[in-house]
Amino acid sequence: MTDTIVSLSVLLATGQASSVELCQDYLGRIAQLNPLLNAFVTVNTDQTLLDAAAADARRAAGDIGPLTGVPIAHKDIFCAEGWLTTCGSKMLSNFVSPYDAHVIGQFKAAGMPCLGKTNMDEFAMGSSNETSYFGPVKNPWDTRRVPGGSSGGSAAAVAGRLCPGATGTDTGGSIRQPAALTGITGLKPTYGVVSRYGMIAFASSLDQAGPMAQTAEDCAWLLNVMAGHDPRDSTSLERDKEDYACDLASPLAGLKVGLPREFFGAGLTGDTARAVEAAVAQLQKLGARIVDIGLPNSKLSVAAYYVLAPAEASSNLSRFDGVRYGYRTPEYGDLAEMYEKTRAEGFGPEVKRRIMIGAYVLSHGYYDAYYLQAQKLRRLIAQDFVEAFKECDVILGPTAPTTAFKLGEKTADPVQMYLSDIYTIAVNLAGLPGMSLPCGFDAQGLPIGMQLIGNYFAEARMLNVAHQYQLATDWHTRAPLLEV
Amino acid sequence: MQWETVIGLEVHSQLSTRTKIFSGASTAFGAAPNTQACAVDIALPGVLPVLNRGAVERAIRFGLAIGARLNRNNVFDRKNYFYPDLPKGYQISQLALPIVEAGELTVQLGEGDKAVEKTIRITRAHLEEDAGKSLHEDFHGEDGRPLSGIDLNRAGTPLLEIVSEPDMRSAKEAVAYARALHTLVTWIGICDGNMQEGSFRVDANVSVRPKGQAEYGTRREIKNLNSFKFLEQAINYEVRWQIEQIEDGHRIVQATVLFDPDSGETRMMRSKEDAHDYRYFPDPDLLPVKLDEDWIEQVRAGLPELPRQKQARYVSELGLSAYDASVLTSSKWSADYFEAMLAPAGVGQAKACANWVTGGLAAFLNQMDYGPDLCPVTPQQAAGVVKRVADGTINGKIAKEIFDALWKGEGADADGIIEARGLKQVSDSGAIVAIIDEVMAANTKSVEEFRSGKEKAFNALVGQVMKASKGKANPAQVNELLRARLTA
Repeated sequence: MTDTIVSLSVLLATGQASSVELCQDYLGRIAQLNPLLNAFVTVNTDQTLLDAAAADARRAAGDIGPLTGVPIAHKDIFCAEGWLTTCGSKMLSNFVSPYDAHVIGQFKAAGMPCLGKTNMDEFAMGSSNETSYFGPVKNPWDTRRVPGGSSGGSAAAVAGRLCPGATGTDTGGSIRQPAALTGITGLKPTYGVVSRYGMIAFASSLDQAGPMAQTAEDCAWLLNVMAGHDPRDSTSLERDKEDYACDLASPLAGLKVGLPREFFGAGLTGDTARAVEAAVAQLQKLGARIVDIGLPNSKLSVAAYYVLAPAEASSNLSRFDGVRYGYRTPEYGDLAEMYEKTRAEGFGPEVKRRIMIGAYVLSHGYYDAYYLQAQKLRRLIAQDFVEAFKECDVILGPTAPTTAFKLGEKTADPVQMYLSDIYTIAVNLAGLPGMSLPCGFDAQGLPIGMQLIGNYFAEARMLNVAHQYQLATDWHTRAPLLEV
Repeated sequence: MQWETVIGLEVHSQLSTRTKIFSGASTAFGAAPNTQACAVDIALPGVLPVLNRGAVERAIRFGLAIGARLNRNNVFDRKNYFYPDLPKGYQISQLALPIVEAGELTVQLGEGDKAVEKTIRITRAHLEEDAGKSLHEDFHGEDGRPLSGIDLNRAGTPLLEIVSEPDMRSAKEAVAYARALHTLVTWIGICDGNMQEGSFRVDANVSVRPKGQAEYGTRREIKNLNSFKFLEQAINYEVRWQIEQIEDGHRIVQATVLFDPDSGETRMMRSKEDAHDYRYFPDPDLLPVKLDEDWIEQVRAGLPELPRQKQARYVSELGLSAYDASVLTSSKWSADYFEAMLAPAGVGQAKACANWVTGGLAAFLNQMDYGPDLCPVTPQQAAGVVKRVADGTINGKIAKEIFDALWKGEGADADGIIEARGLKQVSDSGAIVAIIDEVMAANTKSVEEFRSGKEKAFNALVGQVMKASKGKANPAQVNELLRARLTA
């Protein structure tokens, strides 16, 4: 079960396997390992097999795309018609979506069966998957440790080979950080490349969906399915359809790789530093030239992010009021009490914390000092990247400051938890594409990820760099031993 | 102490788009509850707003019509508050950068010779979405228990909120401005103006101050007035109340109040202390709205001649009185009707056409108590009558009878009715003289009275002659011939 998406598509194309057979295999593995990992919130065997049979029928009829029949898992943040769509929250623990998110519709159109909905931090707020109402996800490399978050269920499912690929979303690092902590490859595209329609909003100006898989090549094929203009999302960009797999084979000779001084400072130590430095050396061997760059304002990104993201979240989550759908408190005397109890009982502590921070920074008398100030920082941070990309083609650095930490290790200290995303957040603030790919292991055998940051719409180039690196290394092929 | 009233109005004008401002659901009025609320309107998780360009176009139209500045880059903000009929928990509106700023509207105050003009400044007009409706009355659960219901059909209906400067000094001025604004938004086709259905709702900010004082007094806002009558009553009540309060030694506290049409009084809804902190911020789901010059020019080219331009033209080109011109241009419908009559009747009949539209037709419409769009007499039919008066076929009295017949559907056109009823004016002097002689013979007393100097008796005799001719005799001829016979 270490097949990549590309290899599965070959099996299907050559008739060596049917979609139903592949889905049965994965569903079996999910049934066996999900009790251990808690990577899936919802599995619907009947529906998956119906999807698979439909894909096989399409193949028989010759109505196929490159990935028809290859199964995939979806983060439980995407509304999928007929599926329980919880967003990791008690608030939506009973919400069956009546419609498909754009991303879900794209995968349906491509004929890719859904293996299930993956666990996540509640409303995507978290870096360890411990804020989920459905319990924490375990890291397949060490089940005492977190898989990262918020797309921790998708990351653990791919790393544990419970699915060949999965969708994730990334607001401050929620694809890249769990990808790093579980040893897989994940890409957050340029803001606006993938429609947000039907993706439950956390922070609308930062949220972006992307693929998570074993390899960069798989991510390219998945992004081909996900990307594209959608008139239902006003921030979706009107661009010609792009083939993200077309540049994979290009050699890296002449590539200019920028290393931000700020990412290699005192904070980066030990095994992570050594692994990333080794990756730099590997890319040099492949013909890349190293450029020293500065991102002087990136140190402000965590502070800016924890004003802007909660501000938007506090408003985005107002619709969860118990009036029309979702959880409603069973006992209440009047409207105000219904609101208060529904939201007090329906949201977990991290979500409440962020709603309160958000409401505070937007409130009268504080807006200028917090929200507007943070917007200014955001522009400065984005400007740093504009300057940097005058010097280099891609930026390379660590994805996360540490490898997977223990369950419960950071839950008592939100600020420590927030610092897990110190290298990833600036990318969201600037709206740039970023990806994480495996580049080694620490002394405890835990995977280490490196981050590539590209200029706007440079996804194909980043995937090319990552693919060439993966042709020369085997970190991405290593899988955890997971037997019950 | 002499008091001065200061009034500013905020008008919510529902824009006449077929679909909602951020979704594809219909805006038609009167559908069964929640049948016109799509996923976006009920704020399902994950849905996103998409701006209806038709709403923006209508706002541009309005901005051009009031000579305002159009913000080439305008921004939607979120206004956050919880209420069951506000599905997202925020209303999408425009705060810092509205689409329209700094326009003005000139209104006519008073009538006839005493009419004066006043220009009211319009601070801004911004686009926003309407909320749904809470149904508190006559709503029951399955077990019969009284419940509150939510109807989201109206949620997301596009509104243009038009905010004036505090430039009005009386309820009458406020009503004149509100009427002029109502005329304008219906005239340029951006709003159907139906006040019963809530398409045009007025909030009045009212304060008083001692005459001569420069600073404004503390204002109270009267919410949601849906008729001009209520607007006038509410302001007058509020002004009296505020003056009484101050004269009794109380201070006015800033508040939002509601007008109760049954009692004719305003009552407090919430004070400033209870006011929400709406936590406005730019909506990240929507891009700033860019207005390019081509679009603006295209909208400008499609604007009709505006009421005031038309009014001036009626006076200068058609020789109408300022009063007639202002009545004709008080609605798009009456101006259109007038112009549709003028085409067949001829410019020379402008005054006669105006008289019909402002007089007879208005009276008919009033009497029938239905909207002008149901008027059964077409402008072409009305012009047919006016033409026959002009060419002497009928006189004014018969004209009224024909209008009446047309109104009741008793004939297709003036000529047909004249023919069928034999209403053609008698201008044959021989026939008229014969009638005069008959009348004189039958009214010897009146004849003698006239001859002995009582001019009044003449009118009585004219009346008898007209009656004997069944109204068809040419009145001018009757006058002339009768006098000749009497003095012969």
